[in-house]
Amino acid sequence: MSYHREDAGAPPSLFPDYGATRTRAPLHPPLRVPQTRTETTGPAGWDRLMGSALADLTTQHAAMPQGQRIIVTGRVLDEDGRAVPDTVLEIWQANAAGRYIHGKDQWDAPHDPNFTGAGRVVTDAEGRYRFVTIRPGAYPWGNHRNAWRPAHIHLSLLGPAFATRLVTQLYFPDDPLIEIDPIANAVPMPYRQRLVARFDMDVTEPNWALGYRFDVVLKGREQTPFEEDDHDH
Amino acid sequence: MTIDVADRRPGPRQDNQDPALFGQTPSQTVGPFFHYGLPWKGGADLVGQSDMGARPELFPEAHYVLNLSAPTGTPQGRVIEIVGRVLDGDGTPVPDAMLEIWQADVAGRYHGETGSDPHFVGFGRAATAEDGGYRFRTILPGSIGTDHAPHIAVSIFARGVIKRLATRLYFAGLEAGDATLSRVPAERRATLVATAARDDIWSLDFVLQGERETVFFDL
Repeated sequence: MSYHREDAGAPPSLFPDYGATRTRAPLHPPLRVPQTRTETTGPAGWDRLMGSALADLTTQHAAMPQGQRIIVTGRVLDEDGRAVPDTVLEIWQANAAGRYIHGKDQWDAPHDPNFTGAGRVVTDAEGRYRFVTIRPGAYPWGNHRNAWRPAHIHLSLLGPAFATRLVTQLYFPDDPLIEIDPIANAVPMPYRQRLVARFDMDVTEPNWALGYRFDVVLKGREQTPFEEDDHDH
Repeated sequence: MTIDVADRRPGPRQDNQDPALFGQTPSQTVGPFFHYGLPWKGGADLVGQSDMGARPELFPEAHYVLNLSAPTGTPQGRVIEIVGRVLDGDGTPVPDAMLEIWQADVAGRYHGETGSDPHFVGFGRAATAEDGGYRFRTILPGSIGTDHAPHIAVSIFARGVIKRLATRLYFAGLEAGDATLSRVPAERRATLVATAARDDIWSLDFVLQGERETVFFDL
């Protein structure tokens, strides 16, 4: 048993427009080796590992955070369309003004004492997840002249196997900053669209929160075993 | 004109729900500011209840919403530490990396497999310190089957790392006969083999780029 390799939508490791890759991206191509039990197994028992779930980021402190309340929901699937249950989905993000609670974020936007921007949820038997948060703001960064990151939510997924581990970002539809963002642009078109959530009236709740739908697709299991001598592709 | 949301015409699909686009979600970097959202106190201690692993000094205590993990008992096996640094292509320590490890128990079984140690999950997470250093407390894994020497799978995440870097850590003197390591060009194998720094302390640096670049795997 093994998992598929990365498909055509995968970004390169070295993408010089994203400056930090220039000294941090490996220069050797990654070595292709057969997947063993190390790669086809993965951690379970997420609550024992990390403690309780924190699916509502707007109720972690004394009062409501500033900004627009949103619901983000969707499914975690594999590339064959099968639900991936019991997947830990961790989230971290800036506040409505575009500032992280992190001590090294020096952007001159206000902190929000009622918003940490960290959460954790686990997918159900159908692969569904749902969390409530605040729509994050855009913020400037030092990558290039007049660089601004589009609004985004970071997502970390611990799928069924070490081979399916994924860290990614969710972007919002109709954000003009996506086209100038080298991190998003490292993903070739049209695959970049896989990172854009969809506004959804069926997720939106009257008088309470706007809703977005975002499905995350992990690698699927291969139908045929990996050939041992097929390592030079 | 009346507006009825039930009659609305949705805009074009742009995400992974579009059958024409459906496929693996691409990776994106963790960025520089993940330390409050991902590492948790105790995440780097796979055998005890210390608070190794996170860097709570990087955000206010009031915002520390993540919990200590709760081990259910003492795992079997020899307790070891693995330590080292993460370095970039200039040889500069990377103070904003995160490492994850995944390993078998003392009998070479992964958590969830039949007969595996119920007190050992085998997964850990650690942020690097200002000097690029990382540290895990775990057990020495057993050999896995007959052709895989004791090893620990490692993932590296950091600002500038768009795609998770997957590698392995082997133990000097115990790595002979490993089927995966034997596929690594001989002159680069040392980048995957930890050396015994002191009793039960194993040391290995991960070099993201350059002459001593760690071997990373295409998974």
